[in-house]
Amino acid sequence: MAKNINKVIGQDAVIKKGWLLAHKWLLLRRFSQLSIIGLFLLGPVSGIWLIKGNMSSSLILDTLSLTDPFVFLQTLFTGYLPEMTVISGAVIVALFYLIVGGRVYCSWVCPINIVTDAADWLRRLLKVKTSLNFSRMGRYGLLVISLVLASVSGMLVWELVNPVTMIQREIVFAMGYSWLFIIGIFILDAFVSRRAWCGHLCPMGAFYSLLGRVSIIKVNAINRDSCNDCMDCFAVCPEPQVIKPALKGNVSSSPVINSGNCTNCARCIDVCAENVFTIKHRFIN
Amino acid sequence: MKMTRREFVKNNAIAATATAAGVTIPGIKDVLAASEDKIRWDKAPCRFCGTGCSVLVGTQNDKIVATQGDPDAPVNRGLNCIKGYFLSKIMYGKDRLTKPLLRKTDGVYDKEGEFEEVSWDEAFDIMALKWKQALKNDMLANKGKAADEITSTVGMFGSGQWTIFEGYAASKLMKAGFRSNHIDPNARHCMASAVGAFIRGFGSDEPMGCYDDLEHADAFVLWGSNMAEMHPILWTRITDTRLTKKDSEVHVLSTFKHRSFDLADNGMVFTPQTDMVILNYIANYIIQNKAYNKSFMDKHVNFKKTTTDIGYGLRPEHELEKKRTGTGGKLSGISFEEYAKSVEEYTLEYASKLSGVPEKNLLRLAKLYAHPTKKITSLWTMGFNQHTRGVWTNGLMYNVHLLTGKISQPGNGPFSLTGQPSACGTAREVGTFSHRLPADYVVKKKAHRDFAEKIWELPEGTIPGKPGYHAVLQNRMLKDSKLNVYWVMCNNNVQAAANLNEETMPGYRNPDNFIVTSDPYPTVTAIASDLILPTSMWTEKEGAYGNAERRTQFWRQQVSAPGESKSDLWQLMEFSKRFKMEEVWPADLLARSPQYKGKTLFNVLFENGQVNKFKKQAVMDDRGNQYQNDEMEDFGFYPQKGLFEEYRRFQLEGVKKGHEQAHFDVYHKTRGLRWPVVDGKETLWRYAEGYDPYVKKGEGFKFYGQKDGRANIITAPYEPAAESPDAEYDLWLSTGRVLEHWHSGSMTRRVPELYRAFPDAVVFMHPEDAKARGLRRGLTAKIISRRGEIECQVETRGRNRPPKGLVFVPWFDAGRLINKVTLDATDPLSKETDYKKCAIKIEKA
Amino acid sequence: MSSATNKTLQSRRRFLENISRAAGGAALFGIGLGLYSQQSKSLPSTAIRPPGVDNEGDFLSACVRCGLCVRDCPYDTLKLSRLGENIALGTPYFDARKIPCEMCEDIPCVKACPTGALDPELTNIDDARMGLAVLIDQEACIAFQGLRCEVCYNVCPVRDKAISINRSHNIRTGKHALFIPVVHSSDCTGCGKCEHACILEEAAIKVLPTKLAKGELGHHYRLSWEEKDKAGKSLVTPDIEHKYNLPEGTRYDYEGEGLIQPESTPFNESAIDRQNKGSL
Repeated sequence: MAKNINKVIGQDAVIKKGWLLAHKWLLLRRFSQLSIIGLFLLGPVSGIWLIKGNMSSSLILDTLSLTDPFVFLQTLFTGYLPEMTVISGAVIVALFYLIVGGRVYCSWVCPINIVTDAADWLRRLLKVKTSLNFSRMGRYGLLVISLVLASVSGMLVWELVNPVTMIQREIVFAMGYSWLFIIGIFILDAFVSRRAWCGHLCPMGAFYSLLGRVSIIKVNAINRDSCNDCMDCFAVCPEPQVIKPALKGNVSSSPVINSGNCTNCARCIDVCAENVFTIKHRFIN
Repeated sequence: MKMTRREFVKNNAIAATATAAGVTIPGIKDVLAASEDKIRWDKAPCRFCGTGCSVLVGTQNDKIVATQGDPDAPVNRGLNCIKGYFLSKIMYGKDRLTKPLLRKTDGVYDKEGEFEEVSWDEAFDIMALKWKQALKNDMLANKGKAADEITSTVGMFGSGQWTIFEGYAASKLMKAGFRSNHIDPNARHCMASAVGAFIRGFGSDEPMGCYDDLEHADAFVLWGSNMAEMHPILWTRITDTRLTKKDSEVHVLSTFKHRSFDLADNGMVFTPQTDMVILNYIANYIIQNKAYNKSFMDKHVNFKKTTTDIGYGLRPEHELEKKRTGTGGKLSGISFEEYAKSVEEYTLEYASKLSGVPEKNLLRLAKLYAHPTKKITSLWTMGFNQHTRGVWTNGLMYNVHLLTGKISQPGNGPFSLTGQPSACGTAREVGTFSHRLPADYVVKKKAHRDFAEKIWELPEGTIPGKPGYHAVLQNRMLKDSKLNVYWVMCNNNVQAAANLNEETMPGYRNPDNFIVTSDPYPTVTAIASDLILPTSMWTEKEGAYGNAERRTQFWRQQVSAPGESKSDLWQLMEFSKRFKMEEVWPADLLARSPQYKGKTLFNVLFENGQVNKFKKQAVMDDRGNQYQNDEMEDFGFYPQKGLFEEYRRFQLEGVKKGHEQAHFDVYHKTRGLRWPVVDGKETLWRYAEGYDPYVKKGEGFKFYGQKDGRANIITAPYEPAAESPDAEYDLWLSTGRVLEHWHSGSMTRRVPELYRAFPDAVVFMHPEDAKARGLRRGLTAKIISRRGEIECQVETRGRNRPPKGLVFVPWFDAGRLINKVTLDATDPLSKETDYKKCAIKIEKA
Repeated sequence: MSSATNKTLQSRRRFLENISRAAGGAALFGIGLGLYSQQSKSLPSTAIRPPGVDNEGDFLSACVRCGLCVRDCPYDTLKLSRLGENIALGTPYFDARKIPCEMCEDIPCVKACPTGALDPELTNIDDARMGLAVLIDQEACIAFQGLRCEVCYNVCPVRDKAISINRSHNIRTGKHALFIPVVHSSDCTGCGKCEHACILEEAAIKVLPTKLAKGELGHHYRLSWEEKDKAGKSLVTPDIEHKYNLPEGTRYDYEGEGLIQPESTPFNESAIDRQNKGSL
């Protein structure tokens, strides 16, 4: 790892594959995240209503209704059985993530990912070393608490403070003080603890990671034999602990990154000069 | 669909915000900063309706910062309606005009040009140029003609909101100065039918009773008046009487249900125009049941019949005018028996069938009038007046009161209310109508002209003898290029006059014409003109108004007008300085008063030793406050006082009695006096012994306006409306006002709170009528007549609940001009437009 | 071997430490959040829910904060609460003084709601109970002083049912009746048109959450006239006929006026009455 200290991460890949290919997945993700927000904003800005609502629940072309399964789950925990529209919307969305990967939500949809990625980029740029170490399990605690509180209080308690839905909502509707949360998360990630929000705290991510455990599409370290131990993938990965079992496991172990916490961001594919990683369905070894 | 609805609302919201933003009130912050005791308080009558509430005006740093109802005023005892509550804000709309605006292209006047700010000098220069051209043409056309033949192309449209002084000065300038009788007030649209009927019935204009009737009556009958909204404070008095007086009752008649029906013991919705049938039925019932007051009739009443089938006051080439067989209002004497016969056909069954009112309601109403002792006050406003048979219908009402002798006594009498603050005081008493002179004199009679010329010190034959163009005719004559220079003051006739598209706009934009409008705000009329003169309003000048109960109220100037705004009085007098007598009068006339040669109109009319009699002086109240008087400052004498005292000579020195007002100074010390004021005493009920100084002891009653002292019962039949619904235009349209806005809304719509309370005009309609046209509450409807169309939102749950077949649209909204739709049919006698009836259809927009 | 065991032990301990630390932190956070949520349940009095919300608690359990109701409101009445607004975050509400509910007949906001948080069974907008208008300041309301305003009454879409005008004698002036607006909870939808239109600097009539606005009669008491109306007759049989000792010409009305004395004369001595007398 020492030899990498003064090296820009992914530099080898840029040199070998060219800048564009070395950023292909990143660009695609940004495009995805921004165009989803853009679609939501298109209505209020131009009057063309392709999609209404926000990521908690939305209506596409006045026909297809989609609902976030985590928000839906909270609603169920309050003891309220919502209308069929919402149930079917949540099922559709859940099935989608079961196919493409649970935390695809985090890396391809959620706009906060842009903030936390930016924080991490700054962290690397400024070489911030301090990192308050706390458990990646915290998010599961919060997940449990959000559901318990919903059940106990009969209301969507987590949604009172959920920065993810809050920020998404206020971008699409009208900005309140949620920009403070954006800045807060940025500072937390950049200066307090690496990948603190998405990687440690966010119960939404935790929820989607549960879907991710059984989801079909996965990153696969298919060419792990070519790995030159440059460690770039570890450096860019928001959940670096998920790589090791696949990349550095023994021969009998699967090269598939099976952890639900892998966000399928595919940044590892981008930065790998040796084309170790690829995206495949999980049944390929 | 959803998109357009959203867009519509958003656009409106933007417009509303702009309006609200455009009317920030600079005065308000001052109040907060100010300590209360530094506010100077003085009294003034309210600027709005004819009720004549008095308010106390709080002034500080030359701004009106607050008002309060005047607790010592007998009319309102400290109360106001919602408009009066906001009086302090009406002068401070952000778009107040402060400089004259002239249409120009490349620096010179151009009818098709854009408005540019000009100086008063430049404004009067172009005005005088145009006026002189017109006067020159007139003098050529009139060469060798006698006074009762002369014509003019100079016109003026004035106002029942002019102060008494302004109306008097305008009338004098037009009739004596420019020798044109083409001056008419907007009161023509409002009170002319009442005037006509008062003159025909009693020989003297204005009601016999006063507001004390409202406490003394046992029963009130509203005929085409929604007092609950239009005369809010008077309505509280009727309501209080109804609540506190045992066995008192309220009857309300209208063509649709409105707020006044809430109090009605007997509410009646009748088919438009059939009020005439109901009135004749009541007369018939009284006669059939011998409930008439024989001794009263024998002593005080004559019976007359009027010419019938007299047309609808439309242009002569209109089909309806070609069909008519009668003209005018000639009266001929008949006997009581003949009169009785003339109303015989109006039976209960017939009246009920035509009017659609159930028999039991009509019978109850008839029995009320026939009751031997119940004191009845009948009240009406535009329902009777804006009526193609307005004079007749007013008269039919008098018939009922005269048959029973229930008149001129506390609680007993027919009471025509007014809509403007000085419809009585200025338009009627001063006589700013095209046929009138001050104090009930008329231009048609030579003796009356002689009398006016004597007071005004004019050579004989100065005042033209032919009545001038009335309001509706003025618009037609402008269109026909018979009227070429035209001054609109203190009114908004482009928003008011019916048939805007076909009759009003063509005249205003006729290239032959030069149109001047004096107004504080850029009204639709101002914008349709060629020159706009910024004008002082309300307490920015000293003034006087006369309300509906003959009460004359004065006020002092409280604040300066903004920018270069000047009062109507200043404009009239100052403009007269621009004319040499040689330019306005022909040589032969001038030769009869050679002393006027080389003089200006100002010299002759206003520096005549009378108007300028009172030297410049300090205007003080008895609390030691001094008030400004901008006109006195400019002219060097006290013009208001001089004009009023000259006007009083008409009341004091002529053959007509009963119009006397008190001395100028007295009015500044009272909350108004009800004329005639004789020996310092007010008159509460005219024509009645004991109450009226002109009725001698033992006479009981004397209608001294008539030569023989007898009032006329004038029979008139029911005749249909000018335009009724048919297969294509299948609905009646009635127009009117709402409580929150006054007339064209040019003042009240600039008060944000009032705007918010009733933002835009809506069409009140029956839910089933709406449904049948694919409409419902909140959707936009297109209201279409043969003359024009507008769009507005449907209201089916509103305060007005029209029956099926009739809709109501208020006219306050400059953005939804209902006068594009209304018909310019008038009463051929009073020349007042019928705004209550025309045929329309409604479609989904 | 033992070092390996140690390592395992250590890592296990660290794992347990991590777990317990995470659990502790999360639990603490959870308690704070729970308390905060209790506070959020009480809606501020200026925030009115859209139509179809009967109970704030039920609503908060069902609303997913998607804003579809806001999007479909044609009058821009509805807003989603934002951070810092002290209303359960992200939920729809309106401020009647700013933009009131126009009571669309097709109720688009309710139709838009995917979860049923806005009750889809609400099909007649007149049945909506968004809040309750309360004429909260009778000292500032100019109607109580006798001025003719009634703007709240005039703008009410359920006029005469939700707001009526109570007329009463004006003791101060002696002759100008008071026109007092009275709100009836039986029909007030809480649309807020009255609060929006109130012409005062600060509205005297305000729409409040119904729970805050509504009083309740003690369960031990009944309003007799209402019970009588409901039953359609007296609950206890009315009296047999009463008879009285009275001078001639005088009557006694048991149910109404009480003692009725004959009027001395139908005519007083005014001139008009003299005239009328003469004619009969």
